Amino acid sequence: MSQFPDPAAADQVQIMHKKSVLELRNVDIFYGDNRAVKDVSFNIRRNRITAIIGPSGCGKSTLLRSLNRMNDFVEGARVEGELIFANENLYGKDVDPVSVRRRIGMVFQKPNPFPKSIYNNIAWGPLINGYNDSTDELVERSLKRAALWEEVKDRLHDSALNLSGGQQQRLCIARALAMEPEVLLMDEPCSALDPISTAHIEDLMFELKEKYTIVIVTHNMQQAARISDYTAFMEMGDLIEFNVTKRIFTRPAVKRTEEYVTGRFG
Amino acid sequence: MSFSSEQESIYLARRHRKAKLFALFCAAITWSGVLLLGILLYQVSIDGFRWLDWQFIDSFPSRFPERAGIKSALVGTVWLICLVALISIPVGVSTALYLEEFAGKGRLAKIIEVNIANLAGVPSIVYGILGLAIFVRYLSLERSLISGALTMSLLILPVIIIASREAIKTVPQSIRYAAYSLGATKWQTTWAHVLPASFPGIMTGVILALSRAIGETAPLIMIGALTFVAFLPEGPMDSFTALPIQIYNWVSRPQEEFHELAAAGIIILLAVLLIMNATAIFIRNKTERRLK
Amino acid sequence: MTEKQLATASAADLAAEPGKRVTINKSGIRWGEALIKSWLGLCAFISIVTTAAIVFLLLSETLKFFESVSPAEFFLGTTWTPLFEPSSFGVLPLVWGTMIVTVGAAIIAIPTGLASAIYLSEYASDRVRRIIKPVLELLAGIPTVVYGYFALTFVTPSLRNIFTDIQVFNALSAAIVVGIMILPMVATLSDNALRAVPVSLRQGAYALGATSYEVTTRVVVPAGLSGVMASFLLAISRAIGETMAVTLAAGQTPNMSLSMFESIQTMTAYIVQVSLGDTPSGGIAYQTLFAVATLLFAITLVINIVSQLILNRFREVYD
Repeated sequence: MSQFPDPAAADQVQIMHKKSVLELRNVDIFYGDNRAVKDVSFNIRRNRITAIIGPSGCGKSTLLRSLNRMNDFVEGARVEGELIFANENLYGKDVDPVSVRRRIGMVFQKPNPFPKSIYNNIAWGPLINGYNDSTDELVERSLKRAALWEEVKDRLHDSALNLSGGQQQRLCIARALAMEPEVLLMDEPCSALDPISTAHIEDLMFELKEKYTIVIVTHNMQQAARISDYTAFMEMGDLIEFNVTKRIFTRPAVKRTEEYVTGRFG
Repeated sequence: MSFSSEQESIYLARRHRKAKLFALFCAAITWSGVLLLGILLYQVSIDGFRWLDWQFIDSFPSRFPERAGIKSALVGTVWLICLVALISIPVGVSTALYLEEFAGKGRLAKIIEVNIANLAGVPSIVYGILGLAIFVRYLSLERSLISGALTMSLLILPVIIIASREAIKTVPQSIRYAAYSLGATKWQTTWAHVLPASFPGIMTGVILALSRAIGETAPLIMIGALTFVAFLPEGPMDSFTALPIQIYNWVSRPQEEFHELAAAGIIILLAVLLIMNATAIFIRNKTERRLK
Repeated sequence: MTEKQLATASAADLAAEPGKRVTINKSGIRWGEALIKSWLGLCAFISIVTTAAIVFLLLSETLKFFESVSPAEFFLGTTWTPLFEPSSFGVLPLVWGTMIVTVGAAIIAIPTGLASAIYLSEYASDRVRRIIKPVLELLAGIPTVVYGYFALTFVTPSLRNIFTDIQVFNALSAAIVVGIMILPMVATLSDNALRAVPVSLRQGAYALGATSYEVTTRVVVPAGLSGVMASFLLAISRAIGETMAVTLAAGQTPNMSLSMFESIQTMTAYIVQVSLGDTPSGGIAYQTLFAVATLLFAITLVINIVSQLILNRFREVYD
């Protein structure tokens, strides 16, 4: 539920031009008594791709899900610390999780298109959020941004379930983009796809970087090295190192990071 | 202890024979159940067939078998089913949605769930007593269609709730997550995605519940559905009769002709039920094929 | 920009127009959502109200009944003549009537239902299943008054041909027909329980050289025993609550004889008898209706709860 803009609040301009769109400060995430994410702090830079890597069970997906409050749906999940977005703590008392998710979108590991037409998959999100412009343009725009338009433009009203895995995932990306999110979260988006679809999506992410901010969780180190600008390496809930990707993979500051990226474990 | 190879093969042969006999035995029993159904239907058909004509459907009950018909009972049953559907479907599906989507896993939800499971096993005559005391007497709705409909709705509500919950449960969680991630509220997600996906399963459950309601006699007896109704009800507050009541009334009479009339009424009742069940099975098959 | 356009404006668009921002705060409760949730919760609440109403109603009238009749006479007396003089309120004949019909029905339905379930889950091909399953559903969907008719016009005459001294209204006829009625229930629920047994268990037993008979009786049925037993209990509970078939077939004479050839009266048949007659409300006769109904309700409730406990207790076996 957005308020009307306050022209007198010139400091708001600062928010839009700040380098960091999302700041994590001492974030702890608990599942009941189990502390899955421990005291994590780093910043997500605007219009960059930030990758979170680490061995299985290190808490990277948990952390990602907390960025758009999807952890709210897990019984017993609790977040402490601050996640600052648009000058608010995402977990503040007055914050409405539904509005958070309009601004921070997500693409999941396994493509999950709605059992509806391609057209309705994309149009539904904006429509229920009050969109009243041309949906045809919206659908075309979103599909083009996800590099799927050419392949489906003649069958927009076919069921989305008839698409291949890679196409479905690009549809899910288009669907998330239709909401015009400030940040796009991607939870191992290619792990269920074949190498060719994976390459398509990685190319896509380079293009998206210009307009959107992307945070991607991946267990594929090479992928992180290829596409991301910044990388966070986590292990067992701790943030071991956060740095420019090039440094993480060539001259990491922490020994444990070096052991992971050179494949000595994980 | 070791067997000689001859003893071993005899023992083995005996075990195999036993297995075969057992399989045959189970098959025979099952098929005799089918046979039994056949006998039952055949019996009813030959008893009632000669009474089955348009005059039978179009006449009111009478002391004279030749003139008796089930018009009032048929109309009463149709009225009843429409009213029951109008009441029980919204309440039942809403309850199922509440329990599956909105209630969480707390103690309250568990209590409601156990409660519904128990209500499903309460004998129908107890519902009749409930209906008598609350709808007929306390709310002064008298022995009307609405009393009957409310009582029947309470009876089949647990069935609808349980069937709808099963249907809602089959909707994959990933669909909900996709909707939430687009900034949708719980109800928006439920309305746009969960309900449409579970609709066929819900419909099947509803149809089966309604067909159960059509056949129930005891609750209607309790709330006072009349057994000799020579008029058609015109509104929910009118008194009425229904197919099972009329059949019961005819069966209870000593004369042979009334038994045959009852059989004719049963044929009509079973025909209605058959159509409803076939619809439910058809819907179910259509959905199963779609998911494959 | 309108509020709606603002909601979906992109970050870049907003950056181009300084001073505008999109907040992520709550601005009040979502009224529509709250209203809908209240309606749904209200519907769910109806089920609790129903149970409360049943319990309250039954108990309050029963307590009134026990003001005139001592519980000892009710539960231990063996003569039931509440509507005549001299009136006697021993409920045991009704319980006895219900019991012999139920036991008879169980003897018929449980072995055959289980055998059918075994056939369906272990031996039958898909084609056969596709025939038999709908047949079972049809049998289960037949209204009870039809079974009552069947008892009166087919079963009883057939029985009288075999046993000449059987009465027109008798318990055996009712037991047979109720047995047929609950058979599909036993078959379907047990079939579900047996199918839930993992294939790997069966394969392990076959790999040891067991025959199908041995696998079924010593591995599958024991593994699915909780579901099978729950199905038995549910079927018995259904038989106890059965009204129309017994009313039509078994008659209206409460007695405690051991013979199944005679007319008896079940609890349910008594309730129907009272409500078909002209019973003034508030009188002792009216109250007997509730006393018997409460007993019926209590018995079926206990059986249902026990069957649920059995199901829940042993369900974790496979997980």
